[in-house]
Amino acid sequence: MISQLTGTERIVAAFTFLILICFGVAMAAAGRGDLIGTHGWIIALSAVAGVIALLRAYGAPEPSPARLSEYYDDPSKVGIVLTLIWGVVGMLVGVWVAALLAWPELTVDAEWASFGRLRPVHTSGVIFGFGGNALIATSLHVLQRTTRARLPDQFSPWFVLFGYNLFCVLAASGYLMGVSQSKEYAEPEWYADIWLVIVWVVYFSIYIRTLMRRKEPHIYVANWYYMAFILVVALLHIVNNLAVPVSLGHAKSYSLFSGVQDAMTQWWYGHNAVAFFLTAGFLGMMYYYLPKRAGRPIYSYRTSIISFWGITFMYMWAGSHHLHYTALPHWVQTLGMAFSVVLLVPSWASAGNALLTLNGAWHKVRDDAVLRFMMLAAIFYGLSTFEGSFMAIRAVNSLSHYTDWTVGHVHAGALGWVAMITYGSLYALTPWLWKRPALYSPKLVEWHFWLALSGTVVYVFAMWNSGVIQGLMWRTYNDSGTLNYSFVDSLVAMHPYYIARAFGGLLFLAGAVLALYNIWMTIRIPVPVAAESASDIPMALQPATLTAQAGE
Amino acid sequence: MTIDHEMLTGFSKSFGLFYLIAMSIGVLVYAYWPSNKEQFAQAAAAVVSDEEDRPCQ
Repeated sequence: MISQLTGTERIVAAFTFLILICFGVAMAAAGRGDLIGTHGWIIALSAVAGVIALLRAYGAPEPSPARLSEYYDDPSKVGIVLTLIWGVVGMLVGVWVAALLAWPELTVDAEWASFGRLRPVHTSGVIFGFGGNALIATSLHVLQRTTRARLPDQFSPWFVLFGYNLFCVLAASGYLMGVSQSKEYAEPEWYADIWLVIVWVVYFSIYIRTLMRRKEPHIYVANWYYMAFILVVALLHIVNNLAVPVSLGHAKSYSLFSGVQDAMTQWWYGHNAVAFFLTAGFLGMMYYYLPKRAGRPIYSYRTSIISFWGITFMYMWAGSHHLHYTALPHWVQTLGMAFSVVLLVPSWASAGNALLTLNGAWHKVRDDAVLRFMMLAAIFYGLSTFEGSFMAIRAVNSLSHYTDWTVGHVHAGALGWVAMITYGSLYALTPWLWKRPALYSPKLVEWHFWLALSGTVVYVFAMWNSGVIQGLMWRTYNDSGTLNYSFVDSLVAMHPYYIARAFGGLLFLAGAVLALYNIWMTIRIPVPVAAESASDIPMALQPATLTAQAGE
Repeated sequence: MTIDHEMLTGFSKSFGLFYLIAMSIGVLVYAYWPSNKEQFAQAAAAVVSDEEDRPCQ
């Protein structure tokens, strides 16, 4: 990939690595005896690896100007592979922590193997590692195709991709060591947060610079969703992570907010992380890959615009529904509840728009498991947004809050919507990017589809049952007016559902492993043209590039 | 004028309603403006067209 950089870009890369080495060594020196020191070494060593890559390609000829007549897809290719690897890692840890809940003795006697440290590795691994890499890889592809312009340069997309993955590594390794600021989905400490802001600003600048050079007058709606994702995540991330470190040599920091303001800021962030990271970005994915794969334009372009503004402006106010029956002022809770209910309108408009796009192409959905992934994603999107609006109502929340019902709801969205649309889009995108006639094995896609669907259904039904039972047990009083069940009674009742949940997760993980294998083999092995219709291959097959590797 | 709790809640309970309604009207007008119909249709169709997969020169 270094040989694709121009001379100036190689110098910029060299300076970036030097600055990173300086910061890494400074952190390692100032943070001797603190966990930040280990992270300093990780940063410095990643930058040294970059320098080595740079020196190895030193003297390679400048890329030819002919590159400018092609899209720049190599960062997306590497991003796809990273997505699939993070998916397997994140889901594997997920199955592990699910098993720990069912069989708590399944652990080793080490601090890093405790539930509290492993769980954020799972959540960050799947949300940021899997989801974030998928968003970066697909957004760079969609951006270029819908603007008909090449990315503005060769360095910044690599900076965003590798810089973002460095953040993910700092996050996951930090949790295992015990670095956490104890904010849900915002656990990384101040230095990792600052690094993510830098990466994110560059990411947004790629978007703006490409849009400024666009050849299409109208900006396709998928880009609006991707941009809302980038912009709002920056806003949320910065505000929620406002904190003062103990010192520059310490990992620990203290939030600028305290008490109920801290809780409100955290759940404004937390719910909008779901809204803009796990919804807006993936809707951008859906609005491009679903019509493309189905070969039909989106059913109603107008609806896609109206629901865009509905989703962006209403989600902003929904976060306080996480704090029903707390010290948060009652009217703020009611505000969050009202906006959550109204959100059903733009959410169902998007889900309906996707399904109506497929109306008339059901034979394709039947025959093509890739398109079926996307259809199922739209269905689960509709289901989980309905469930979310419903659970945000105060009276319903009194039953569901703090129970496994919430966990089931999150996974209906994360497995059913986010993962399904991601796998559908990556299965569609891989043969296009690597110019293969088809995927390595359509049969494995079929297997993955049914494993993913059955895993999600087992998981979600287990958590619905467990959550409602828990909620009812916690509010059952006996004749003398005291609680009928102890907390341990409810734990015993949940045990069979925890086993079912771990099994559902295992099915889903098996599908993720199949996807990694299938896409890796698609990249590695050239397949004969006759395997599948090549109608969705944009360019003529070029035999010379058939064995090209990711990142070359 | 002091910025206190009463003033902030009053502002968010009143102004919030009106700007969101105004924005909704704005979005609906934009989406249904007759002369926009053409470019929306073009953008939707461009995604599924089988043009050559290269940037516009």
